[in-house]
Amino acid sequence: MPWIDVLDGGMLTTVQDTGRAGSQRYGVPVSGAMDGFALRAANRLVGNPAGAAGLEMTLTGPELRFESTAIVAITGADLAPQIDGEPVANWRTLRVRAGSVLSFAGVRDGLRAYLAVAGGIDVPIVLGSRSTYTRSGLGGFDGRALRTGDRVPVGENQSGLSPKMFAMPAHEVPRYGHACTVRVILGPQDDAFSDDGRGTFLDASYTLTTQSDRIGCRFQGPPIRHHAGADIVSDGTVFGAIQVSGDGMPIVLMADRGTTGGYTKIATVITADLTKIAQAIPGDRVRFTAVDLEAAHTLFDQQESWLDAIDPGEAGHVEEAVFEEDSGAPLAAGGYQSLADALADRHGDGSRDRDARSKP
Amino acid sequence: MPAPPRIRPAGDRALVVEYGVAIDPATNRSVRALGCLLDGLAHPGLVETVPTYRSLMVHYDPRRVSLSELRRLIDEAHDRLDSVRLPPAKVVDIPTVYGGAYGPDLADVAAYHGLTPDEVVTIHAGSEYLVYMMGFTPGFPYLGGVSPRISTPRLATPRTLVPAGSVGIAAQQTGIYPTASPGGWRLLGRTPVRLFDLSRTPPVLFEAGDYVRFVPVDADHYGTIQNAVEARTFVPVVRPRE
Repeated sequence: MPWIDVLDGGMLTTVQDTGRAGSQRYGVPVSGAMDGFALRAANRLVGNPAGAAGLEMTLTGPELRFESTAIVAITGADLAPQIDGEPVANWRTLRVRAGSVLSFAGVRDGLRAYLAVAGGIDVPIVLGSRSTYTRSGLGGFDGRALRTGDRVPVGENQSGLSPKMFAMPAHEVPRYGHACTVRVILGPQDDAFSDDGRGTFLDASYTLTTQSDRIGCRFQGPPIRHHAGADIVSDGTVFGAIQVSGDGMPIVLMADRGTTGGYTKIATVITADLTKIAQAIPGDRVRFTAVDLEAAHTLFDQQESWLDAIDPGEAGHVEEAVFEEDSGAPLAAGGYQSLADALADRHGDGSRDRDARSKP
Repeated sequence: MPAPPRIRPAGDRALVVEYGVAIDPATNRSVRALGCLLDGLAHPGLVETVPTYRSLMVHYDPRRVSLSELRRLIDEAHDRLDSVRLPPAKVVDIPTVYGGAYGPDLADVAAYHGLTPDEVVTIHAGSEYLVYMMGFTPGFPYLGGVSPRISTPRLATPRTLVPAGSVGIAAQQTGIYPTASPGGWRLLGRTPVRLFDLSRTPPVLFEAGDYVRFVPVDADHYGTIQNAVEARTFVPVVRPRE
């Protein structure tokens, strides 16, 4: 079985997949990628199934050496990836040679990058998932973040020896920036807040604080006032729930959130916008705006279609890769099909309404 | 037949189905019964149901089930609530050493209520507690029905580290910490039993709807059980509930 040697684990690098659904009734958090959209895009770029595990790499990124030739893709935050010291592009299929070292020069945009490797990261499946929940030492690589000396197993490449290559054209690559508007569905406990409280929440701007992690992203801003107290009889939680405790500050519950909670939740971030929160860094500013469920479902559907359109495996949609000297350097643009073209082909109507697409 | 639940969106991939706002066994039964019925449908659009004290979180995939169909499935399940036969409840014995280093708050709880520590133990170990739900950390049971005679508020300042197996109370709840974690519950004792163990399927000893009974043991017995737990030869005492 091929593997990846960890030369440096970086700030926080963990094995994650789409999460551990089905065990919340036992109190087991779902975990999974904070930016599930970016991880799934990376998996599609290397021909992996959507549920394959990859690496979530935070801020500084790790330093990794590939034991054998591998087909990889890096998505999510732009941490300035390099292979053997040469810059390589995010959001495209890459081939790295045996012995090559992947490192990161420093964050340029966003917070969390994802590495997918054809064949997937092949750690044992725990309760249906390879995701790491570090607080309980559950899943992933020994239940913890990667560190120097770890040897991370990679599954056999199911997508074949001559993979298709795919690159996201520059205008399709998500840019995160430092200010964004996040769409939410109000509730389930929006009625626990005063009209003023709801108004504040939707009018004001909130700044991400350093007290943020994979459990939740804590924001600072004008306090959101309750009219009936901040405590409720504990109920279930979802990814993106915006909890407001007694101090009036919003906390967006994220991948490692507890399965139940006893604070009021004023609203929930729509699925298509979770990537924005996952990629925010402390100091970034967020405004919340309410949409209805129908709009959220349309945006969700568009985001899923966007992912589906990354389809390196589909005959006729992409050309064979042309490697130059077996290097991981970016390939000639002619070897790739743009995502917009793929979408247009798929929809059969030439539609390229990118504004309507739920681009992060 | 319970009144129809209040259904609220929890984002665009889950609905909260609320049967009330209070903690009581009848409300909790409705929640679990609805979950049982929905799980039984094995509908591809229903991802997961999570029962809590008074509401069921229904996670769904909006690409595989429309909101209107999901609401219809919930309505139909609700109409069948009285007919559902829940899995038979069991009672799991949890051997517990009370007081001393195992239960550092036992003396304070006794003093708070003007009781002796032994009286607190007798009251705490004298009930079978319903597992209303699990949450917080893997395997943590929320047990209701603590006698008002020993009900005690949380610590003003939570401990930064509560040892695994600690048995605590908070107001009218009691619970067991499956793993070492921060916590503010008043600690009465500790059990060597592993509440969450991945070598079991499922990894928990009991689920929402089951009951827990605390059985006082001495420190020697604790050690014997702990050795058996580590040797994986420990078999918990489990009985069907009458």
